[in-house]
Amino acid sequence: MSETITKSLSPMPQERLLQLDNVGVHFPTRDGLVKAVNGVSYHVNKGEVLGIVGESGSGKSVTARSIMRLQPKYAINASGTIRYRCKSGEELLINEQDRLGRTMRNLRGNEIGMIFQEPMTALSPVHTIGTQIMRTVMLHRNVSKAEARARAIELLTKVQMPRPNDIVDRFPHHLSGGMRQRAMIALALACDPALLIADEPTTALDVTTEAQILELLKRLQDEMNMAIVFITHNFGVVADIADRVAVMYLGRVVETGTVDEIFYEPKHPYTQALLQSIPRLGRSHGRRLRTIAGMVPDPFNVPTGCSFHPRCMHAVGGICDVQTPEDVVFASGQRARCHFAGQDRQAEAAQ
Amino acid sequence: MLSYIARRLLWAIPTLVFVSFISFVIIQLPPGDFVTAYAAQLRNSGDYITEAQEALLRAEWGLNDPLLVQYWRWISNIVLHGDFGRSLEWNAAVSDLIWERLGLTLAISTLSMVFTWLIAIPVGVYSATRQYSVFDYLFTVFGFLGKGIPDFLLALILMWITFVWLNMDVGGLVSPQFEGQPWDLAKIGNMLSHIWIPLVVLATGGAAGLIRVMRANMLDELRKPYVETAYAQGFGERTVVWRYPVRVALNPFISTVGWALPALFSGDVITAVVLNLPTTGPLLLQALKMQDMYLAGSFILILSVFTVIGTVLSDILLALSDPRIRFS
Repeated sequence: MSETITKSLSPMPQERLLQLDNVGVHFPTRDGLVKAVNGVSYHVNKGEVLGIVGESGSGKSVTARSIMRLQPKYAINASGTIRYRCKSGEELLINEQDRLGRTMRNLRGNEIGMIFQEPMTALSPVHTIGTQIMRTVMLHRNVSKAEARARAIELLTKVQMPRPNDIVDRFPHHLSGGMRQRAMIALALACDPALLIADEPTTALDVTTEAQILELLKRLQDEMNMAIVFITHNFGVVADIADRVAVMYLGRVVETGTVDEIFYEPKHPYTQALLQSIPRLGRSHGRRLRTIAGMVPDPFNVPTGCSFHPRCMHAVGGICDVQTPEDVVFASGQRARCHFAGQDRQAEAAQ
Repeated sequence: MLSYIARRLLWAIPTLVFVSFISFVIIQLPPGDFVTAYAAQLRNSGDYITEAQEALLRAEWGLNDPLLVQYWRWISNIVLHGDFGRSLEWNAAVSDLIWERLGLTLAISTLSMVFTWLIAIPVGVYSATRQYSVFDYLFTVFGFLGKGIPDFLLALILMWITFVWLNMDVGGLVSPQFEGQPWDLAKIGNMLSHIWIPLVVLATGGAAGLIRVMRANMLDELRKPYVETAYAQGFGERTVVWRYPVRVALNPFISTVGWALPALFSGDVITAVVLNLPTTGPLLLQALKMQDMYLAGSFILILSVFTVIGTVLSDILLALSDPRIRFS
């Protein structure tokens, strides 16, 4: 698979910030090889928000970490290319960089910021918020301690932290969950990154705080014209913040499209099933929510053919369980990895 | 913070009163008293004292008084006059006996503790960051060996090896010909050729355990999300490891550093006995064996005071290093 990609490395379009092609990440474990990410392709344009949706174990976080080369040491980058356009304008092949090398270290925190799921534990418990932000600023910018401190306060103001002059000298345990996530965002934005990777940044927060943090991210994204890769398992959050959406299942992107396309014209049976399993206002009471039959398969033995076929209500024997589907590309740019994408009726009839 | 320290110190007083009383009682619990032990010792060496003489000694030293009276006589002298009483066995002031040996004890204990930390922390950090590497396994093997071999056995083996192969007698603090001589360069040199054995023995024993603790603490911390955050800022591996997880992993060490204070004072008793070192440890052991209650009681009292002070010190240090437990 990887050979076909390397020969087709045409330069990225100018507006393209990040492009993943056929990325595969495997983990050797005692029980066998886990193919956590198995040929993922997606791209992010400058100033665009890409939502990545998927169940636990679908490989969305692992893919995001491979953009930062932050996977565990034993992870195997099995295939694919990750390309990133630096602030200087040149293309960088991230997958070829040494994970501890200077290029990656210069990228992290400087060009690409990252915020994590657990604001409770993602900040160092023994350093003040200010110290942590100042260290990042001083690492990437040639500034004095006083300037770095001023920058930290400026960033805290930017993320609408109450009393930034006071909070800068506080420790994470003095802050509430929402405030910690704001501090985390301030840390990630310390050097005005062009890309922000947000790995389920609101999952650990209560709904009210979640809404505030989403509002903040949207505003910051707009102000700084920053691209965001927003990972979540919550379709509601995606609808709120994303421009485009990629739906992942078992280490593959099964469908990509604009938010409207994904919500109103989902082409892949998995996306359709996911959307039907969300409770909605206005639906008749007493009706049971649809569920997806079966369980997410064991990562050690991914089903042959289309990995979703055992749970798919449209699956056709002899095709879906044998052939791995290719992306079906629609005129609008929407893509779905299904043999019968765009021809749902026939599929149903065949069944 | 200050009021917290003051409160802690005030609470220490009833603790110390209680501990001193209990230890005084426990020393007297076994049947007989110092005179019995003294008479037995004399009989062993061929001498003999009559029952009348024994009774006379008891009366002279006040051993017939009720326990409370004896305790009061002892503790009031300490509190009012700073006088720890006299050792019955040595017929000398307790404080003289202890201070005489304290310098060497502190020197050996402090040095071995510094070595312990200098070995244990870097090795523990290395073992954790390179878990399951060749060196990690190697350190683990040495760690378990060091932990498993009793200190006194290691001391005996080292003494034997130096005696057989280097033809040196390394027991005691100095060679016999220097005993009782004034301190000059030759004697100091001679002492240095002796003192490395207790240092090696104590440092390996201590380091072996601490390496395991440090490694386990670090493994816990390295998995925490804030480490990933630090990497995501662009810091190199060494900066990340030493600035973040090591800082947190050291906290359990800091919270127990105060216990080193009483340990410094008593030294390692068995090793000191085996190596025939003039430290405080063997003195305490002998005092307990002879029911020399003023010496033993004072010892235990001083140990308790050090324990209490050490614990308070640890708490203050920990509060300084870990903001999460700081009192507001």
